[in-house]
Amino acid sequence: MILTTLEYVPGARVAKHLGVVQGSTVRSKHVGRDFMAGLKNIFGGELKGYTELLKESREEAVKRMEAQAEGIGANAILNIRFATSSVTQGASELMAYGTAVVLKRAEPPADG
Amino acid sequence: MVELVFVLILTIIAMFTGSFLERRHFKSIREREEKYGDILVISSKHVPDLPTTPKVTLVRGSAVISVDYFKRLLANLRMMFGGRLGAYETLIDRSRREAILRMKEEADMLGADMIFNVRIETSSVFKGKGGNPGSIEVLAYGTALVTKRRKARATAQAA
Repeated sequence: MILTTLEYVPGARVAKHLGVVQGSTVRSKHVGRDFMAGLKNIFGGELKGYTELLKESREEAVKRMEAQAEGIGANAILNIRFATSSVTQGASELMAYGTAVVLKRAEPPADG
Repeated sequence: MVELVFVLILTIIAMFTGSFLERRHFKSIREREEKYGDILVISSKHVPDLPTTPKVTLVRGSAVISVDYFKRLLANLRMMFGGRLGAYETLIDRSRREAILRMKEEADMLGADMIFNVRIETSSVFKGKGGNPGSIEVLAYGTALVTKRRKARATAQAA
């Protein structure tokens, strides 16, 4: 599966468009992380727990998007975008979406 | 009275830790920006013609960074009179640079030498008292292009 933010893939052409695919997760922070974040809010610095949480959630969203694309027989997702929205206080939705396509290689990729 | 003293002490501690952490962070950002300076970050959508067909991969980097209590207090004072909020400017600046650096680190691990169509998103994670942003999250993402040229150099560096 090729994932890209570009509208095309160099060296390949789009054989078939399969429409928009998307994946999302809704996550909330847990108490332990919240406590540490409260401390960090006083002293400043990076909230590592949150960075990790959001990173994992986004990976999950991308995985779901990939699964959806695979389900409809795509081999690449073009023009991927990420969006974040807060659902309620303390929970946020992370979403990834893109266009699923079937790509045909014009020539083999760089690494053979 | 005791409470007031406690808050005052906390504010003073926050003033020192906050500016110490910020200075240290900026130093580390500058060092890493120099280290990964050879990876091009481009916001253009169009890839120029390359001698070899590159491999494309999605890369991401994100950071959640909080401002300290003292700076938030300063910003609150400033908001009464209006003007530049210096305290938040540095927060946003270092969060963005950190996110871009993390994206570059991921690209470096793949052996990529350029990242195209880079997008940056900012959101405030956490609202403090009075709806002030306590910390912000920055996400930077783009498409890393792996060409043969860089691959050879990466292995040469490792050897």
